[in-house]
Formats: sequence, structure tokens, C-alpha cells
Amino acid sequence: MFPLSENALTIRFSNEISDEAHERVQKLTRLLRCEAMEGIIDIVPAFSSVTVYYNPLVLGTYEQASRDISEKVEGMERAASALAGRTVVIPVCYGGEFGPDLLEVAQYHGITEEEVIRLHSAGTYKVYMIGFAPGFAYLGGLPSQLATPRRAVPRLLVPEGSVGIADRQTGVYPLATPGGWQIIGKTPLSLFCAERQPPSLLQAGDVVQFHPMTEKEYRMWKNNGDFCS
Amino acid sequence: MGIFVLDGGFFTTVQDLGRWGVQKDGVPVSGVMDDFASRLANFLVGNEANEAVLEITMLGPTLRFEIGTVVAICGGEFSGKLNDQSVPLWQPFMVQPGDILAIGACRIGYRGYVAVSGGLHVPLLMNSRSTYTKAAIGGFYGRPLQKDDELSLRPAPCLPEWQPSWGIAFSIRQYINSQEKVIRAVEGPDFHTFTKESIEHFFTEVYEVTTQSDRMGYRLRGQKLQRSVDQEIVSEAVTFGTVQVPASGDPIVLMADRQTTGGYPRIAQVLAVDLPILAQARPGDRIRFQPSSWQEAQRLYIQREREMMYSRAIIRQKWREINGANRFKL
Repeated sequence: MFPLSENALTIRFSNEISDEAHERVQKLTRLLRCEAMEGIIDIVPAFSSVTVYYNPLVLGTYEQASRDISEKVEGMERAASALAGRTVVIPVCYGGEFGPDLLEVAQYHGITEEEVIRLHSAGTYKVYMIGFAPGFAYLGGLPSQLATPRRAVPRLLVPEGSVGIADRQTGVYPLATPGGWQIIGKTPLSLFCAERQPPSLLQAGDVVQFHPMTEKEYRMWKNNGDFCS
Repeated sequence: MGIFVLDGGFFTTVQDLGRWGVQKDGVPVSGVMDDFASRLANFLVGNEANEAVLEITMLGPTLRFEIGTVVAICGGEFSGKLNDQSVPLWQPFMVQPGDILAIGACRIGYRGYVAVSGGLHVPLLMNSRSTYTKAAIGGFYGRPLQKDDELSLRPAPCLPEWQPSWGIAFSIRQYINSQEKVIRAVEGPDFHTFTKESIEHFFTEVYEVTTQSDRMGYRLRGQKLQRSVDQEIVSEAVTFGTVQVPASGDPIVLMADRQTTGGYPRIAQVLAVDLPILAQARPGDRIRFQPSSWQEAQRLYIQREREMMYSRAIIRQKWREINGANRFKL
């Protein structure tokens, strides 16, 4: 545990990314959120650490606040294992105009486009962390056969909902931004919606599965309006 | 009915003290850059610290008030004119319906805060009125103000009959003036992974605020900083005032619109009480970091918060004197 600023401290379980550290991060995050300790103003779970923002006028200085939170961590260690995260199925229309790099990814690995789709949608992915941008999930578990380097020249604008691969990572762009990921498809779901509670569709600890959909299904979904549901 | 924008100025956004509680969703905290000036501006017009204010940058907006109210401008030394009459800074002043407030250039400092009695009325989004322009969320339609925008106001707590003659003491505004700004900082989580020379450079050399600096972060230029170990950093939370060093070696100080998490090594953390000094630095300004301790940082933080509560109490007492004499209710 160490101070991050006058009103934040970080509890780090490991210096590496591991399932064990991830599970402890999830357990502590749930515990702190459920207890709604007075004076805690924000909790940020990351790959292998949890950062707690607090009001020093309520919880005291770092020395006092860290003592209170240490007790919670000890209580957590004694508690039963973490609850399994939700499973969120994300429908994806692969290839075509929605996935302009699908062919390139297939050619890079010497397999067919169908094989890329099959591998990508067969995997289960763990949401390690939300960060970088509103609603952006860092997903672990991309099959190594699909690991592909980023594009040499990043695109000026990747549309929101685009599903991409960058090295050993896969993910969905929640908002339209410039980006260098290999784009293999697009989902009609809104990964981030400011008016929704919670605003991010995915939460740390969730398990994600991608499910292929046709372009017709994609259009139907969009026309029926998944605005912020 | 509220405020009609005749000119938006250089970069004017609606901000409060930030959007807390949704960093787990990847939503940046945002909020005012200089919370010292913005909180005092709110107190001066009878508001609580967290009411939405206008954060103005370098060149202020021109506003027409549709209703009478009380306004205060705190922060950098902006020139302000109410119907061609100069208005004081760091002091509440009254406006009448139809009055035009033209805020000009900032002579010293970089950012100012325009507080209006009652606060600006924009929808609460994720429990905050702050604008985060990069994702176009919050504040006034997620963007800076433009000509012809119309802002609503919340009900005003203080509407006196005569102009108050008091304001914030001149000595308290000195933090904006310094030519070479001294910013105190404590060791960050990755401090010891930097070379001895780099640590020495960081705390002795002058760094210049570059033009690639904005509400998200201040990119600095000076002696480059290097690490002695090339240990991979696992992304975790970063905060206002975190000094991170990407591979280029040029430090970046994260500011109000920072991302929630980061993966660059963090050499230092700026003291919360010195963040307003940094927020008032403009591109081209020179800063120097001075080593401090967590003990000092926390002591100064609590002292600052107490001063704020004290200022709020004194200003409320002042308002009670005016309004009591007039049988107005606070």
C-alpha cells in the first residue's frame, strides 16, 4: 500500500498481471463498494491494484486511512472466494466495411477469414480493467493464433463500436477516436453511454464472449435502437 | 432566462469540483483546474464550493445578463468591464438585467473563474456539471461556450441592494504572480527506477510548459529523464498532479482532464496545494520542482482545507451583515 496523493492510496497485490491478483482486486473492490465506507469518494480497480480516493477530513491522513483500509483487506483475505463476474455477450458483425482489416489479420496468420472469426468468437475474455477512455475495457484471453501487430499507420478515425486486435489484446472502441488497432468487426451495442447507470457496459471482473452476427442482423439491431439500454 | 453569450472567448467551459465515483467506468474526473480560485469565487457570491462556474482561459467571454444577480471573477488577472466600467477581481459585484460583462485578456496567470450567485444551471450528468470536451460530455452540451449560447441560472442565495465593498485580500492572490514557479512534489511510485542524474535534474533544472499543454496534462520541456531499470509498468490509477515520464524522457504533469489510469512510470506527485500555481502557468512559463515529503503535503492539504472553511464562514458572515441590514434573506 502506498499514497498516490493527499487524497488517494493504492493497494497493489502484485507487480505483474495475474489471475490471482485480478481476483483479489475484484474481491476488494466489491467489498469496499458494498460497505460504502464514509469518506471514500471513488474506487479505481486496475490490473493488479485498487486505488481508493478518500476525504482526509473524514478518514484522516494516509497513516490513519491506510490502517482502516488494511483491516478491510485482511477481512477480505479471510472471506470466501470472489463472486464470478457476469458474462456479457457482445454481438459482432465481422468483416466487410465494419471490419476492414479482417483479411489482413487472416493473411498475417495464413488462415481464412472464417477461421479468424471462429477463433475470436470461441474465446472467453476477462475484463481486467476499465481505463484509457470512458468505457474502454482491457480484455485478457486473446488466442495466441490471433495476436497481430498494430497497423503501421494509425487510422485518423475508428468508428465507435469497432472491434480490434493489437498484439495480444482485443477490445472494442467505446467512442470514435483515432487508433492503430486492426479492425475486424463492429458491434451495435453502446459500450459507453453517459446517461446510463452504470455508464460503462463492461465492468472489471466481467467475462466477455463475442457472437458473430450478419450485416442484416446488425442493421436490424441498429434500427431498433440500442441507444442506451 | 440567465446569461446570453455574445462571445465565447478562447476556451470557456462549465466546471464544478469534478465527476467523482465513475472512474471505474473510465470516466475522467475533470472539474476546475484551479480549485483555490474557483472555490473562493463561489463563496464570494454566496454559493457552496461545488457550484458550477465558468472556467475561462487566456481570453474571456462577453456575456449579457438577462437577470440581476451577483458575480465574482477570481483567478488570473483578466481585464473585466461591465458596460464599459472596470470590474474588480476577487470581489463580488452586482449586475442588472441587460448588463454586458466583457472579460478581456489575461495579463498574469492563465485561467479565471466566473461564479454567479446560485450557480450555472446545466444538467447533472453522473452527479457533476463538469465539461469533459474530449468525450463531449457534461457541462454545456459537452463543449466550450460559443456565441449565441444561452445559459440558465439556479436560484440565487444573495441579492443585495448595494454593492459589497469587500473581497479577497491581495496577499492571497500572490500564487499567480511568480515568474519562475516553484512547484513542490513528493516521490512518485516509480521514483526509484529513475537514474540518480535524472532525479537530480528533475529537482534542480528548469522545465518549460510547452504549447502541447491543456486541461488533460502539461507537457514539459527540459533535461530529459531516464530510468535505470527498464521494468514494465502495469497500468494503474493516476491522478491530478501525477508526473509521468514516457519514453521520450519529457515529463508530463497530469491535470484535471487526465485519464483514470496510466502505464507510464511516475516519478513524482505534485502537492495538492501547489496545483493551482501550475493551473495558472501558461505555455512558455518556466517551473522548477522542489522536493517535499508526504508529511508536509498532508499537513499543507489539511491547512488549506481549514482555510477554505474559514473563508467560507467569514464571507457568509459578511453577506449576513448586508442582507440582515436590508432584511434580505440569505
